[in-house]
Amino acid sequence: MELLVAIMIGLLTACGIYLLLRARTFPVIMGLTLLSYAVNLFLFVMGRLGQTQPAVIGVGDGQYTDPLPQALVLTAIVIGFAMTAFVVSLALRARGELHSDHVDGNADPRGPGA
Amino acid sequence: MTHTIILPVLLPLLTALVLMFGSQRSLAWKRGVSLAATAALLPLGLLLLQQVYSGAYGVYVLGDWVAPFGIVLVLDRLSALMLVLTALLSLPALLYASHGDDNTGPNFHALFQFQLMGLNGAFLTGDLFNLFVFFEVLLIASYALLLHGAGPARSRAGLHYVILNLVGSGLFLLAVGTLYGITGTLNMADLAVRVAAAGPADAPLLRAAGLLLLVVFALKAALLPLYFWLPRAYSAASAPVAALFAIMTKVGVYSIVRVYSLIFGAQAGLLADAALAWLWPLALATLVLGALGALAARELRTLIAYLVVVSVGTLLAGFALNNSAALAASLYYLLHSTLMAGGLFLLAGLIRTQRGAEGDQLHPAAPVSQPALLGSLFFLAAVAVVGMPPLSGFIGKLLLLSSVTPGTQWIWLWAIVLGSGLLALITLSRAGSQLFWNTLDITPVAPRADRLRLAGVVLLLASAPLLSLFAEPVHRYTQATAAQLYAPAGYIHAVLGERDIPRLTIGLEELP
Repeated sequence: MELLVAIMIGLLTACGIYLLLRARTFPVIMGLTLLSYAVNLFLFVMGRLGQTQPAVIGVGDGQYTDPLPQALVLTAIVIGFAMTAFVVSLALRARGELHSDHVDGNADPRGPGA
Repeated sequence: MTHTIILPVLLPLLTALVLMFGSQRSLAWKRGVSLAATAALLPLGLLLLQQVYSGAYGVYVLGDWVAPFGIVLVLDRLSALMLVLTALLSLPALLYASHGDDNTGPNFHALFQFQLMGLNGAFLTGDLFNLFVFFEVLLIASYALLLHGAGPARSRAGLHYVILNLVGSGLFLLAVGTLYGITGTLNMADLAVRVAAAGPADAPLLRAAGLLLLVVFALKAALLPLYFWLPRAYSAASAPVAALFAIMTKVGVYSIVRVYSLIFGAQAGLLADAALAWLWPLALATLVLGALGALAARELRTLIAYLVVVSVGTLLAGFALNNSAALAASLYYLLHSTLMAGGLFLLAGLIRTQRGAEGDQLHPAAPVSQPALLGSLFFLAAVAVVGMPPLSGFIGKLLLLSSVTPGTQWIWLWAIVLGSGLLALITLSRAGSQLFWNTLDITPVAPRADRLRLAGVVLLLASAPLLSLFAEPVHRYTQATAAQLYAPAGYIHAVLGERDIPRLTIGLEELP
């Protein structure tokens, strides 16, 4: 399972970075989202993978997983969600004001990166 | 007494909430509340500074959950210094904003307070994940402040700034996750102990995490490959916001100093001084490119933004020298450069409003309405920034240059710091003559600068003569600060005490 999760995180990161390097705001935001998924999974896995262990002490048979990464991930998800909402609204506003969805705001549709 | 430590975080937070609930009330009410709360930060900062002046540490344990399990705020000489600096910078910026820049949206003052909360929290926290949270608080406030008042230039610069910082946050979390995965803690003092005890099997991963943190902080501080967002963002922001942003790069510098003196410092065993080998060449290259950028700038605000980049290069070069005298000089220079950059941004705002449509572009235009006043202020700021005697920039650079021992580093530092000073001299003389002497023969029509705005500018620029007048006590304090930073055992002991800390056993070797 470790291998599967590691490959998934790597794949998400690679896709995220590929999309981040695009020149239009929509793919860039998708890239940011994928990257934040990868980061959240990564943080989650830092408490080690355990399939049958509860995150509460004294419930299972003495075995428990570390609950702290789950708390960290919740914080990171909330912050990431708010930031994504903000950057979406900002991209829409930039689209309206600059008449272009290019990240540099080039009005010419045949400009660099088109 | 102990609760005063959390007040610099709580006061702006509560003020911001009050301001948000009162967002329908009159602007005068909002200004009053905001100004009063910001002014209160200064005595509060001085009180905290006085508490740690002798070298004591203040540790505030939130919810009484003992470190390293709970979250702690730690006050030492460096944090107290940064709190006072934030208060000194924010009050004049807010004074300036309280005359026109705050009426383009209903929540300027609330955002300003949230920004202060993030800044103060970042300086006080003793927990790496909390540092991330406070970074996000100050960043989201800064996004909104940067875009405040709208305009295409701001949307464009804002988009770059926001996306870059979101990527930076992702990297920060990856580094934090790696550190937690290996050491099982995020408390900085505890991390210092665990990293120092790390074996050769964990060292490469810890080094990777440490250098990932350097990338994140370098993005915030605007170090060489990561400073390209800064000139655009700072020159697009309104004057008081740009002035407040002068301390945002210093948050990055603060984090670098804190993390690489405490966690990855000289005592960190296999990971000792993990970042210094990278920091030294990058800081010097930042200095050179910042000075060249200032030379090429065609607007006063872009020019000042590049001067901010130059100051970051100088500060980090001082830290990379890795000796107590150089760090003390850097901290003195940090006070000077932050306040001067803030003052220059506000002054550029005044010049812009008086030059009409040409704004702050460096080519012949209508003269300003008060050439003598603004010209002398500009001259004062330029002398201080370039580093000519008798003002604070000279003392800062002198202290830095005299702290390096002869050798290769000596040659590089002297050549580059003095060379960039010369470039700054050329740049600022050219800008000054363009703005004040090379004017078209038109009678200025713009109204004179109002008193409140002028007071903001004068307060900030007055720091240059004051810092050189009181250089001796200030430098004595920064020397004590540097000594404290290079002896992290005191910090660790203050946070963790003598307790034998039970550990969650999640080391790599215990995996099934």
